[in-house]
Amino acid sequence: MAKFLADAPFRLYLGVVLVIVFIIFGGILPWFAPGDPLVWYTAPRNQNPSAAHWLGTTSLGQDVFWLLTYALRNSLILGLIVAGFSTVIGVFLGLAAGYAGGWLDRVLSFFMDALLCIPTLPILILMAALFGGQLALPIIGFALVLFNWPYPARQVRAVALTMREREFVNVAWFSGESSVRILVRHIFPYIAGWSAANFINTVLVGISTESALAVIGLSSAQQATLGTMIYWAINYQALLGGKYIWIGSPVVAIVLLFIGLFLVSSGVSMRSSARRMSI
Amino acid sequence: MNLLRYIAGRLVVYVLVVIFALTVLFFVPRLGPTDPVEAMLAKVASQGAYMDAAQVDALRQSLADTFGLDGSLWDQYGAFIKRIVLTADFGPSLSMYPTPVMELIRNALPWTFGLLLSSTLIAWVLGNFVGLLSGWKPNSTSSRVMEGIAICLYPIPYYILALLLSILFSYIWKIFPLTTTIRGAPWSWELITSVVWNSFLPAMSIVIVVFGWWVISVKAQTTALKEEEFVRYARLKGLSDGRILSRYVLPNAILPQITFLALQIGLMFNGSLITEILFDYPGLGLLIYTAVLQGDFNLLMGTISLSVIAVATATMIIDLIYPLLDPRIRHR
Repeated sequence: MAKFLADAPFRLYLGVVLVIVFIIFGGILPWFAPGDPLVWYTAPRNQNPSAAHWLGTTSLGQDVFWLLTYALRNSLILGLIVAGFSTVIGVFLGLAAGYAGGWLDRVLSFFMDALLCIPTLPILILMAALFGGQLALPIIGFALVLFNWPYPARQVRAVALTMREREFVNVAWFSGESSVRILVRHIFPYIAGWSAANFINTVLVGISTESALAVIGLSSAQQATLGTMIYWAINYQALLGGKYIWIGSPVVAIVLLFIGLFLVSSGVSMRSSARRMSI
Repeated sequence: MNLLRYIAGRLVVYVLVVIFALTVLFFVPRLGPTDPVEAMLAKVASQGAYMDAAQVDALRQSLADTFGLDGSLWDQYGAFIKRIVLTADFGPSLSMYPTPVMELIRNALPWTFGLLLSSTLIAWVLGNFVGLLSGWKPNSTSSRVMEGIAICLYPIPYYILALLLSILFSYIWKIFPLTTTIRGAPWSWELITSVVWNSFLPAMSIVIVVFGWWVISVKAQTTALKEEEFVRYARLKGLSDGRILSRYVLPNAILPQITFLALQIGLMFNGSLITEILFDYPGLGLLIYTAVLQGDFNLLMGTISLSVIAVATATMIIDLIYPLLDPRIRHR
């Protein structure tokens, strides 16, 4: 670990710092909130930033700073769950397809290609419109997993296909190692780096898609997420009223968080490909 | 012969993918906890339209037709696929009755296509140019700065950028219009300038993100290609930098981007939907949004089906032309 940090490229470093800041912001700070920041009229309305309200307050009498910590927490949880399930399912099915081959490979590959062709957002919009105008976060998460597992699966399948032909896998096979052990000990190290990068990227995609849905008012507006914060700000004419901090804080948070996530994911994949070369 | 077999194989997959997509669309309304027809009727009622019982029944029947709710699930499924694939008929729009849904879509499509196509092209040209130059001299200050900017721009979602641009250039510094209003007679100069003027910010939100990616990927490609034997040979022959870049490096750097484009089209389409809504831009995205707000389910099914099919088709076309552009794959 120490060595990893010592020769980590600069972008990975910067990305990790940014992401850690946001994890503290969204993971720890909400515990210290003076009350539920979602409740309306718990603070004076339309305040500018001050000592009592660091980022001012909304037109609904909410403290922007604490609201932002709650929004970050929910968005991060959603992103992490979506990325976790997508990566696990994707890696598992990708390995299965590449390693087993035959009809299983054909069926799984078809589903991967088909799901990659279908744009997620229109389907989510359709679901939201049909299910009463707003989608609950668990349903959004479920749909996102459904549409995001093919990315890791396709990549892992490609790696697994080449691995099947490699000498050391054959040697392991003929020396009587079990399939599971071969997968874990010999093949997994090749896909671990890429999967980690993809995991982080999926966190980004998950948060981004939910926010997109939320900005047009189709995610659950009663929950605080980065997107719903923007939605309420737009809906209450924060822009026309010149309350740029209200709408600006979730926007800036998304921009910085995504730059951080992207730096980490591209840094990790650069590192892992460099290490593969050196083997 | 090989090429023909390849194309035939892709076409079969394409048809299957479209049918799969339509199957998903068919089952989404049936998965929900609520009956879409009743939800729709409630929506119409809540908007204050008074209807007597006979009218409600008529509307319920017409909605049941739209959703194809008569007969067994298999009959419904067959009718649904047949109606979309063979006749492309989505019935009349409910909120703009009796304009057919297809006519509304036909009016909106050129806007979305124009927006996506022009912004992709602009981003492509700019991104290639900057990416090539900065990949050629990867350690110069300007190239590092350009890559830094690109890395910061690429991860930002289109709609966030659209919001940022509209905050900066429509609210704080009022130079571009807040919402789209097109003026002028058809094909007049005034109309063209009005379209360009109104499309500028929505297009920029897409251009900037795509530009960021192209700079990153072309730079990486160029830096790797620079060390290839054929580039070294060209340099030893005494060719100018410009000629090496345009004739030797560029064609090889462009090819991998095509695969990227195929994967990115869905995301770009997603992005353009929200961008259109934020800027009131009269494309498919705004039409979908109108359909959601008005509870116009014919329009909703039509626009969503069409956008899903369009994205799948675009992805497939790019997949198909790839071997035509890359001789190394064609001859394999």
